Amino acid sequence: MLAEALPSLTTDITRGATVSDLEQFRAETRAWLEENCPQSMRTPARGFEDIYTGGRTPEIKHPDQKLWCDRMAERGWTVPTWPAAYGGGGLDKEEAKILAQEMQRISARRPLDSFGISMLGPALLQFGTEEQKKEHLPPIVRGEIRWCQGYSEPNAGSDLASLQTRADDQGDHYIINGQKIWTSYADKADWIFCLVRTDNSGSKHEGISFVLFDMDQPGVTVKPIKLISGSSPFCETFFDDAKALKKNLIGEEGKGWTIAKYLLTHEREMISSFGTMSRESLGQRAVQTVGADASGRLANGVLRQNIAQYQLDALVFAYTMARVGDEAKAGQGLGAASSIFKYYGTELNKRRNELNLAVQGEAALGWEGEVYDGGQLSRDWLRSKGNSIEGGTTEVQLNIISKRVLGLPDA
Amino acid sequence: MALVLNEEQIMLKDSAAGFLAEKAGVPQLRALRDSGSEAGYDAAVWQEMAGMGWAGIAIPEEFGGLGYGYTGLGLVLEQVGRHLSNSPLESSVLVAATLINELGTEAQKQQWLPAIAGGEALLSLALQEGPHHAPEQVTTSARREGDSYVLSGSKVLVLDAPSARHFLVVARVEADGGLSVFVVPADAAGLTVERRSMVDSRAAGALQLDNVTVPADALLGAAGEAGPALERTLDIANIGLAAELLGLSAEAFERTVVYLQERKQFGRIIGSFQGLQHRAAELFAELELARSIVLKALQAIDEGADNLPQLASAAKAKLCEVAQRASNEAVQMHGGIGMTDEHEIGFFLKRARVAQHTFGDYNYHLDRFARLGGF
Ligand SMILES: Cc1cc2nc3c(=O)[nH]c(=O)nc-3n(C[C@H](O)[C@H](O)[C@H](O)COP(=O)(O)OP(=O)(O)OC[C@H]3O[C@@H](n4cnc5c(N)ncnc54)[C@H](O)[C@@H]3O)c2cc1C
Repeated sequence: MLAEALPSLTTDITRGATVSDLEQFRAETRAWLEENCPQSMRTPARGFEDIYTGGRTPEIKHPDQKLWCDRMAERGWTVPTWPAAYGGGGLDKEEAKILAQEMQRISARRPLDSFGISMLGPALLQFGTEEQKKEHLPPIVRGEIRWCQGYSEPNAGSDLASLQTRADDQGDHYIINGQKIWTSYADKADWIFCLVRTDNSGSKHEGISFVLFDMDQPGVTVKPIKLISGSSPFCETFFDDAKALKKNLIGEEGKGWTIAKYLLTHEREMISSFGTMSRESLGQRAVQTVGADASGRLANGVLRQNIAQYQLDALVFAYTMARVGDEAKAGQGLGAASSIFKYYGTELNKRRNELNLAVQGEAALGWEGEVYDGGQLSRDWLRSKGNSIEGGTTEVQLNIISKRVLGLPDA
Repeated sequence: MALVLNEEQIMLKDSAAGFLAEKAGVPQLRALRDSGSEAGYDAAVWQEMAGMGWAGIAIPEEFGGLGYGYTGLGLVLEQVGRHLSNSPLESSVLVAATLINELGTEAQKQQWLPAIAGGEALLSLALQEGPHHAPEQVTTSARREGDSYVLSGSKVLVLDAPSARHFLVVARVEADGGLSVFVVPADAAGLTVERRSMVDSRAAGALQLDNVTVPADALLGAAGEAGPALERTLDIANIGLAAELLGLSAEAFERTVVYLQERKQFGRIIGSFQGLQHRAAELFAELELARSIVLKALQAIDEGADNLPQLASAAKAKLCEVAQRASNEAVQMHGGIGMTDEHEIGFFLKRARVAQHTFGDYNYHLDRFARLGGF
């Protein structure tokens, strides 16, 4: 029988901090941000390329980016909720919410965004040894090491567990041979978290190991791949006797699949948040570009309906993220709803980008030179197509809902 | 306010589910239909509901209700949707009591609300005149004559009309003026009530008002000034209907998933076909979205939020869309058996369309949502 998302009894959340502690925290945070957030960082980042990602040789679009990151990192506020012992801010949920609100108040952008923060960190916190956490988490917080994700291979995409990159045991290290593909920012990353096969004898889910290694070594070569959006954010990655120290094996040898899946849930969470990125009313913008009829309605009724449907779904999706968050805080719900986020959020984001094109018309199709928005609109539109592929495709997400939530049998 | 239910609300929801499953489920609906019930519901069951306080859930305590708010009423309505339970809970409580509470004078509230909360008074709103919900186009007239008003016009889709004892008739005192609402007894001279059995086996009715004379104090509130209260009432009514549609859609979906897990063709459980799996998974996602907007909109009523009109139209439009998809997919995925009267799934399809239409369908509310959004 279908598990009805019947909430259990509400438990009062007991928090350590009192209201006045929180008010004081807010006041201090506000003052600190006022003093330390450079003016230039009080504007939203323009597209993916404008986000500061750190690393040994960071890509700097604006000199204040590094300054802002360093100042925030000093307090651990680049990753506010990670434990202070690993360089994080050590904030509880309420405090982190206040920090986010205060940053939003002055339109401060996030100082640092990286795969280390959104993907590897949560997995290390869950599965890493104390030593591994101490070694790898602080450089992530400080934006010193940039990570990439070595999961997909030419013949292992949706069917990730069939991956064949092999790691041979050499005592204190592994020697790795094989190929990864679609490795985002492999050409810019310093380290890789990588799925390798340490054993071929069992089922495909067994014998996978989760290892970390430095990209700066002779056995690693990367070849950028150009995307339809014109940029080259991902690569083919080749391993030819690359070396990974055994102390950087996360979890047990051969048990990497569990870690891989855990990390994927965090990746999907990050990707699904794109669905709620824009608060702007497309409908009102369309009135500017298309015009209104005598009753004030958008002049093209078909476009109007498409936009209204999108805006309705985007609004309701945002309430759904809020509801699931509130239920989790109250100890209610079975988390079934969160399984829809990746699928729904990315499909919504694609709809928004298509509507952007429809609303701006000819202007949106410009590519280079003196064109509307410097061609960013069309690039964003093209890039959005990848949202429902990366991190597990829409079809794969629907398979997961069918099986895990609805209990429908395998084909 | 956090988008979660508290302990009391969860208990209310569970007890409503238990009661309705036993006393007012689809088998009872079928029996009422087949016996040609005039009211379309069981009056004894209604008295039990009132006895449990349901008729007064959202009525303020000073007027004999529980003062428990619309979120509570919405939770009961969601269960009503799951079980397709017929009763005056919508016509008399969700709609009529709300309008009196929003529009009536102190004395009128004292006169009507305690009686509605007790389940004795049965009132129903008489608003719609044409094939579509269009409150701004009401033409029924109310002519002032001395100490009376004289009403003429016609109405359709008056919910539970055969059993209602009074109607809240929306009319205009001045042809180009604002709206007014009058309490008209069902047995008033010049009033004809024609029973219309609907596709969902509920009884609605058409009213013909032919110079119906009512005393001046039958006017709720002030003449020509009912517009805002009526709009708020309709927002609340649509959120309540959205809650009912949520329960209905979820139940139809869950029954369908059970069928997908049982039925075999080609030597396999049909739920193993990916063509069906993905449609079911998409519907699951839509239902999760539907649940969020219904709760948000119910809370907005109780909080007195200013964006209630947007949230009401968002909730009704979304739930019309989801209910239509869920009820259509339910029949399709049941195959031939889904088309039979003997199987219960068809009842969900039928009730869905009437609830969708009532007080404005998808087209009406998506248009309104866009208009309120400035485009
Ligand atoms: C922008 C972008 C960034 C990426 N970054 C990274 C990265 O940093 N690191 C990394 O490791 N990978 C990355 N990827 C790879 C991504 O995870 C894979 O592309 C994805 O898992 C799909 O695999 P595939 O490309 O082999 O497609 P395939 O698996 O071959 O899929 C092709 C089509 O078949 C469908 N399909 C496959 N199996 C099923 C099934 N069982 N049921 C129904 N339909 C099915 C898919 O949904 C898809 O529509 C990135 C991809 C993109 C687009």
